[in-house]
Amino acid sequence: MAETALQRPIEVKDVRKRRIFLLDMIVRLFKEKPMGAVGFVIIVLLALTAIFADLQWLGFAPPEEGGPGLAPYGWNQLFLLDRLSPPSAQFLLGTDNLGRDMLSRIVYGSRISITVALGAQAISVVVKLLIAVPSGYFGGKYDIVLQRFVDAWICFPALALYLTVMAVLGAGMWQVIAVLGISGGISQTRVIRSAVIRIREEVYFEAARAIGVPGWRIITRHVIPNIMAVVIISVATGMGMVILAESTLSFLGLGIPPPYPSWGGMLSSSGRRFMTLAPWMMVWPGVALSLVVFAFNMLADALRDLIDPRLRGGLGKYSLSLEKLREIAKKKSDELKTELEKAEQAQEGDNLRV
Amino acid sequence: MRAYLIRRILLIIPTLFLVTVIVFMLVRFIPGDVLDLMLAEWMTEGSSDIQDIEDLRAALGLDVSLPVQYGRWLGIVPSQTGEFSGMLQGNLGHSLWDNEPVSDIFRARLPVSIELGILSMLIGWTIALPIGVLMATRQDSLADYSGRTFAIVMLSIPGFWLMTMVIVYPSIWWGAMPNIIYVPITENLWENLKQFLLPACLTGVASSALMIRLTRTMMLEVLRQDYIRTAWSKGLSERTVLTRHAVKNAFIPVITVIGAQIPVVLAGQIIGRAFLDALNQRDYPIISAINTMIATAVLIMNVVVDIAYAWMDPRIRYS
Repeated sequence: MAETALQRPIEVKDVRKRRIFLLDMIVRLFKEKPMGAVGFVIIVLLALTAIFADLQWLGFAPPEEGGPGLAPYGWNQLFLLDRLSPPSAQFLLGTDNLGRDMLSRIVYGSRISITVALGAQAISVVVKLLIAVPSGYFGGKYDIVLQRFVDAWICFPALALYLTVMAVLGAGMWQVIAVLGISGGISQTRVIRSAVIRIREEVYFEAARAIGVPGWRIITRHVIPNIMAVVIISVATGMGMVILAESTLSFLGLGIPPPYPSWGGMLSSSGRRFMTLAPWMMVWPGVALSLVVFAFNMLADALRDLIDPRLRGGLGKYSLSLEKLREIAKKKSDELKTELEKAEQAQEGDNLRV
Repeated sequence: MRAYLIRRILLIIPTLFLVTVIVFMLVRFIPGDVLDLMLAEWMTEGSSDIQDIEDLRAALGLDVSLPVQYGRWLGIVPSQTGEFSGMLQGNLGHSLWDNEPVSDIFRARLPVSIELGILSMLIGWTIALPIGVLMATRQDSLADYSGRTFAIVMLSIPGFWLMTMVIVYPSIWWGAMPNIIYVPITENLWENLKQFLLPACLTGVASSALMIRLTRTMMLEVLRQDYIRTAWSKGLSERTVLTRHAVKNAFIPVITVIGAQIPVVLAGQIIGRAFLDALNQRDYPIISAINTMIATAVLIMNVVVDIAYAWMDPRIRYS
């Protein structure tokens, strides 16, 4: 008996053009989302500022001793004779009440902002996945119990919670990262959980279950890759939020303690006390902070539009046109038709032979 | 629907229980005992009648084990005097420092908080709703882009920085000094409103950013629906399509968000100074009471919002 078309193993050809996801995203960002690209550029500049604030990590001398780097002076280098001096050629953004160069402190502050944002988001992703994936995947009692904890956690206003926990842990950068990461992670689990629940309804999930794929494999191969879009978006939006939260905590004296040059901390007591005498102490850290958070928010917005097709404006000018879709559909159905006809003819031939 | 409602209300109970446990335990972990702080302060003040620290501990009710303290605070374990007086009996506790009832602290601050909260929400939504609708109907136009940029800028500027700048610098440059003595609304309505206008405008404009984005997203979603296309194809005017068909549907989720915002907005005003002071002084009852009150309000409001959602939109069926 001849093989029918339906029995023949199906040849699978990967016709998609393989491209690196990240590179693809950046190219599309610049082509389609100019404002997002602006945000991206600012963030790259921020990262470069943080990396090249000084070159001590390459073995060069610190700025205090005239080493190379973007920061003209050390972040805690005192010029006691030049306290509260206005912006000048020597101190481009002026000095603070202890005679420290504002520009150097702001440049070094970028290190703190980046570290806090990256650290907190890394923790937050782990927390989110650890809570939301099992909760959505297993459901039932496990889900109900876990969700009560999440409910209890998120009904506190974020700031009150952060302040209380920071009071428990004491001020410091690692504490800030831990608090913002864990707390932010818990409060965003709902989005991830509902994404997981949506995947449970999908056919491929059913299929994987039906052919007996073990649970951990379903989670790692089917669930997690498919919720990545949601995770990436939540990380992108989280970055700006974390930087703002850190600065608020430092401003209230429960974040990163002085003398470390956190932008929020610079706005705190000394910045406020001298704001009439030395406005540059109040203005520049705030400008730096706003600019960076703005950049992250712009990038997050653009990324969300690029990644999540449901949020895109219909069949926008950058997605496939209807004609193209119809063309593809017609080609597919034609192929299928000829295949079926062949199969039928083969079947008939078989019947005749019998 | 009724079954759903009962389930939702019943589910509040375990959540609320967890909330009280978290609130109660968390503050006890704050390093630095309140008694040490008190003794240190009396030492510096030079008061001669420093009591025995154990007596003080007993007087404040901090001498028993944590579960008993928790039970007393909640009102399910009798206190030293043998009566039940805790959260469940409506007793929010007393400040450890000056024995002031926490409810008095609330009563003193709540009128200001509520008025400021309501005013800023009113201002915020008055700005946000028309702008959001306009942006959605003119998607990808100049108005849309500038609105979106404005919203993101407002979301990015730290509130504490902007508020300080906007309030302090003009008063220096123009010598304008706001009246900082609180005038109750019952005494002089106009004076009172004048006092609240600036802070309410600032917080209102700042908070309108989120609302603009929300309104825009909801409107965009509705404008893509089939019934909007039907309305257009019937030849209705843009005005009718927007007001009768689009806005009505888009505002249902928006209204529920307004509802959910109310306790958070109020909380934001209350926790300000009182909360920070209480934290610094380790005044456990005040911290716990503020946190519990806010959390309870949020929980209840969430259920109310869910019910309101179903009531306004008959398509929604809970099960």
